[in-house]
Amino acid sequence: MALPTDGLVLVVKRDCPTCELIAPVAKTLQDSNRLSHVLSQDDPSFPDGLDVIDDRELEGSFGLDIEIVPTLIRRESGTETARAIGWHRGEWQTLTGDDSLGLDLPEQQPGCGSLSVAPGMNEELRVRFGDAGLKSRTVSVGYPDDEIEQMFDRGWTDGLPVVPPTPARVLRMLDGTTRPADDIIGNVPPSLTACSIEKAAVNAVMAGCRPEYFPVVIAALEAAIEPNFSWYGLLSTTMGVGPVVVVNGPVTKRIGMNWGMNVLGHGNRANSTIGRALQLISSNVGGAKPGGIDRSTLGHPGKRGVCFAEDETDETWESLATSRGIAPDTSAVTVFAGCGASVFMDQISKDAGSLAKSLASGLRGVGHPKHVQSYGAMLVLSPEHWQVFKRAGWSRSNVHEAIHDASIRPGEELVHGAGGITEGMPLQFADGDHAKFADDALVITQAGGHAGLMSVIIPGWDAGSTGTIPITKEIKS
Amino acid sequence: MRQSSTLVDPTAENLSAERHRLKPPAALDGLTVALLDISKPRGDIFLDRIEEKLGAKGLSTKRYRKPTVSKKAPNEIFDHIVDECDIVVEALAD
Repeated sequence: MALPTDGLVLVVKRDCPTCELIAPVAKTLQDSNRLSHVLSQDDPSFPDGLDVIDDRELEGSFGLDIEIVPTLIRRESGTETARAIGWHRGEWQTLTGDDSLGLDLPEQQPGCGSLSVAPGMNEELRVRFGDAGLKSRTVSVGYPDDEIEQMFDRGWTDGLPVVPPTPARVLRMLDGTTRPADDIIGNVPPSLTACSIEKAAVNAVMAGCRPEYFPVVIAALEAAIEPNFSWYGLLSTTMGVGPVVVVNGPVTKRIGMNWGMNVLGHGNRANSTIGRALQLISSNVGGAKPGGIDRSTLGHPGKRGVCFAEDETDETWESLATSRGIAPDTSAVTVFAGCGASVFMDQISKDAGSLAKSLASGLRGVGHPKHVQSYGAMLVLSPEHWQVFKRAGWSRSNVHEAIHDASIRPGEELVHGAGGITEGMPLQFADGDHAKFADDALVITQAGGHAGLMSVIIPGWDAGSTGTIPITKEIKS
Repeated sequence: MRQSSTLVDPTAENLSAERHRLKPPAALDGLTVALLDISKPRGDIFLDRIEEKLGAKGLSTKRYRKPTVSKKAPNEIFDHIVDECDIVVEALAD
């Protein structure tokens, strides 16, 4: 639709009491040839008796950037020179140059929202009539083909259905960040392909994210592609391991994340989709396909994506992000290379020292009980287990230190052949005592329902500079 | 009737270049064999034996080792192997 180049243009909809109110004024203006164009958004027979342009497709309203109806616009030589929004007698009189206009109407009455700015409509109209600005190629799915099945056929999914990434949905996702769509986040392994904000947004749509989750997805991706995280290794190893994303800070409340009951399970959209978006990016952009570069022997259900918020409701608990150098009240993600989670029961220890020893005994089993200084681990401490430590006046660092100390074993129990088990550490470990984890290889978080004397151990992958190091990144808008 | 729909491509939109494997040499005479240890446990034991057997046949070998199994080999190792050797035997798994 070509926009009117000259004259007065009025945009209305029938479903608007103010538009009904000014209908007689519109008729007066058109009858005296002063109103050149009337666009109706919902009913081309409204206002009655006028020559109306049918704008149910909203192309005219979009092109004129209408936010409120009625809107009266003066255009001269293709340029807008004046605009009156809603009904304001003085403004309409000035705009039309007619002091007698609408004297029988109230002085002013606010208008109604334009259909062109209804939630979700703007992106649809940008795709249909504007420049959506997307760089990715598009794929047309003809009726009656099913786009869900098409996406399976194209290998775009993780084995579960994904949300069709229509251009409008991608634009809505891009509205979740202030970063331009063509910004490059970094190179995604294993193909080390550059991933733009736009490509991340497409995959976030498919994962089921809402736009407000998108900054968390971006930060998690920035963390995962840090060379020290070694995502390339995670994607190609025979061990079933993938990024575990822990979210801290105000964003967790804002986007409705779960840090309570069933925190590592299903049921919360943000928890379920943020980690999945990361996995889809590695698969679709990085090319990590199971059976291809992804050589995992067994995998684990969490490889579809694990993401959860830490419980920060107890101020005496130092958050994971804060313990890793992020300022308090700042939103951040931490990525950890994790295998399948397993529950660790201790319903008897009421003494902090006993519980630390108990947890250490469980953590010694990570990888293999005779392996030390090899793997990382994440301990998801339940609130009830944390209460045992808290009652003793312990802090996060006290818990960490006590578990570390309790994990130390004599080398002679760890080496090849010890205990009648060939597996174990090389013989040079026989001398001295050895802690299970190298520095920073044990990550402790606190989350879960408030009933249950149990915690969860998420075994990690090769830890340290030759393997993976957890990475924490601030979440920016 | 429902319209067709449009989807935005989530992939990198690039295709891997397909490279065919080189044909194995008809004979090893005069060739230098790279023996690549990727730092998997017992890879060195395997390569020691290969080196011993190739040496017994009068072939020259060169040893290379990735710093860690967990990360891809540095480009320098690829460059050295390409410059100095004709074929590669890699100890891939433990």
